[in-house]
Amino acid sequence: MTQQARMVTSAERLRRLLALVPYVVSRKVVGLAETATAFGMSERELVDDLNLVWCVELKAPEPYCPIDLSYEGGEIVVSQAESIARPLRLAADEASALLVALRMLAEVPGSGSAVVRLIAKLEAAAGAAAGASAQVAVQIFDPPNGHGVAARLRAALDDGRRVHLRYYVPGRDEATERDVDPMRLLVAEGRTYLEGWCLRAEGVRLFRLDRVLDLEVLDVAAQVPADAEQRDVDQGLFRPSVSDEAVELELSANGRWLAEYYPCESVAELGDGRLSVVLRTPDTRWVRRLALRYGEDARVVAPPAVAEAVRADAAAALALYD
Amino acid sequence: MSKRRTERLLSIVVLLLSTRRYLTAEEIRDAVHGYPEQYDAFKRMFERDKEELRDLGIPLETGQNNPFDEETGYRIKKQDYELPEIRLEADEAAVLGIAARVWQSAELAGAAAGALLKLKAAGAPGLDDDQQPRPGIEPRLATAEPAFGPLWEAVRDRRPVTFNHKAPGRSDATKRELEPWGVVNYRGRWYVAGHDRARNATRVFRLSRIEGPVKMAGPAGSVTVPQDADVRALVKDWDVSPPRDHEAVLNIRVGAGHGLRRYAKAVVPADDGWDRVTVEFADVPWYADHLASFGADVMVVGPPDLREAVIRRLKGVLA
Repeated sequence: MTQQARMVTSAERLRRLLALVPYVVSRKVVGLAETATAFGMSERELVDDLNLVWCVELKAPEPYCPIDLSYEGGEIVVSQAESIARPLRLAADEASALLVALRMLAEVPGSGSAVVRLIAKLEAAAGAAAGASAQVAVQIFDPPNGHGVAARLRAALDDGRRVHLRYYVPGRDEATERDVDPMRLLVAEGRTYLEGWCLRAEGVRLFRLDRVLDLEVLDVAAQVPADAEQRDVDQGLFRPSVSDEAVELELSANGRWLAEYYPCESVAELGDGRLSVVLRTPDTRWVRRLALRYGEDARVVAPPAVAEAVRADAAAALALYD
Repeated sequence: MSKRRTERLLSIVVLLLSTRRYLTAEEIRDAVHGYPEQYDAFKRMFERDKEELRDLGIPLETGQNNPFDEETGYRIKKQDYELPEIRLEADEAAVLGIAARVWQSAELAGAAAGALLKLKAAGAPGLDDDQQPRPGIEPRLATAEPAFGPLWEAVRDRRPVTFNHKAPGRSDATKRELEPWGVVNYRGRWYVAGHDRARNATRVFRLSRIEGPVKMAGPAGSVTVPQDADVRALVKDWDVSPPRDHEAVLNIRVGAGHGLRRYAKAVVPADDGWDRVTVEFADVPWYADHLASFGADVMVVGPPDLREAVIRRLKGVLA
C-alpha cells in the first residue's frame, strides 16, 4: 500500500467504493487508467479498491459474494453489484457546496439558462439534503455599470473578439485607454474581473468590471498569445511580489481596521490599540493616496522618501485653501 | 485494520440494502465478517460502525418487524439511499464542472468533489470529459476565516454556538451566544446572522472578527429559524450604504479626479486648468477622507463643514 492510501480513513474509502461500483456499472466497461484519473488515485490504489469490493462476503444465512467484477486486460466490468449499483444520495454538505456555487454563478450577468436548469435538477435530486443550502448565500458586488459590461464581455469571449476599454486606475487616479484580448471572467472576493491580454502592457492583466468606464467590442479577432499564462486563481488573485516595495505604516486605534482591508505582510501590536503593518506594492502612489485619506490614523513610517512625499502632497493640497 | 473495517462497513451496507425485514444487531453480526464473539466488544464496535455510516449520510433506519419484537432492527430503504435519476445536457454538465471548482481549496471543496463523483457515478454524461473547452468564467469562493467550518455545521445542524467577537475599533473581545440562521458571503466577506441570546435581538457578525474557536452550545435541531428570516437581507441591511443626499461643489484639476467625475452631477470648466464639479455624497467624514486622498488635484468649494473636514484631515497628515 502506498503512503497516500494509508492516510485515507475507512469512512473516506467506503465513500469512494460506493461511488466506484456505480461508476463502472453505469459505463458497463471502463478502463483502469480512466477510472483511476476520475477518482484521483493511482491504478494500484484502484486495483486495491476493486479487490476489496470483490472480497466482500456475507456468511449468513448462507455464504455468498454479493459483488462480482473483473479487471482483466485493463478493462473493468462489474457483472453483479446487487444493491449498490446506484450511487448514494448527496449529503447536505455535498448538495450545498454545489448549489451555493451555482446560485453564485447565476448572479453573474450573461451566465445563461444552463445554470438555472441545473439548479432545478440538483434540487430535485438532492431532496431534503438541499434544504441546508438555503442557509448559505453569496452575493457579489453589483456595480452600476456591471450588468451591461459583464454581459457584453461574455459575448466578446464567446465570439473571440478584441475589446477596447477605458479603464479607471484609482491608485493613480487615471483613466487609461487600452485594447484587450479577453481570456475569461473571474469572480473572486465578491467582485467580477476580466482577465485578458493587454496589448498596451504586453502582458496578462486583471480588470475590475466596476472600474470599466467604457467598453467597445471591436470588429477584430482576439489573439491571445499562446504563452499568455492564466493566473492560478486558487493562490489568490493578488499576490504581492518580492520585487514590490515594502511600506511600513503605523495605524492608530481608529485606523487599525485597515489591517483587515489590505493584505498586510506583517502586523504587530504597538499597544493602546495601535498597529504597525507592512504592505507591499508595485506602485507607491496608492499608498500615498491611502496616507492622505487616513491622515493621523495611517502614518507612513518607511521608506522615508514615501513618508516625505505624503507630507509634500498634503502641504500642496492645503496651499489651495490659503 | 482500516481495510478490514472498510470491508465490514461495506458488507453492512450491502446486507441492509438487500433486506426488507429489519435485521437485529446479532443477525448483522452473524452475516458480516470481522465482529468479535464477545458481546460487549461487539456492541461497542457496532455502535461506532453505525455512527460512521450515519456520518457518511447512509440512511440507517431502525424499527421492529412486528409490535411484539423486543429488539430494534436495522435496514436501509433503497429509495432513501439511492441518488435519483439525473440527466444533464452538455451545457449543464459544463456548468457543473465550473461549480465544482468554485470552492477549490476552501472549506467545502471536499464536499463539492464528493458530489461531483457521485454524479459521475450516476452516469451523468459529459462530466468525464476534462478536455471540454475552458468555460469563459471562473468563480471562486475562499473561506480563509477559521470560523466558517464550525458555523456552517452549526447552521446545517441547527445548533446554537458561542464565540468571542471583536467589534471594529475595539481591542477587547466579547463572548456571544448565537442561534445562527445562516452564513452569507456579501461582497467578498463572510457574515453570520442569527439571534443573539444575551441581547435577545437579531445580530450580524463578520467572520473575520471572530476570535478563537466557535463552540457548539446545544444539541442538533435546537435552533428554530424564523419563517420570515431572510439572512441575505439582514446582512445587506447591516452593511448598507447611506443615501447620497448632500451636495458638494469641488474644483478638480483638468485631467484628474476621474474617480469623482464618474459620479458627478455636473462638470463645467472653471479658471485655468480647473473644472467646477457638482457631486452628491452621503456622509461628511467619509467623503472628506475620500476627497483628501486626491491631494492637490481637488479643492472643496463647499459646503463649509466638508471643506473644514478635508483641511483637518490634511493637517492631520502634517501633524
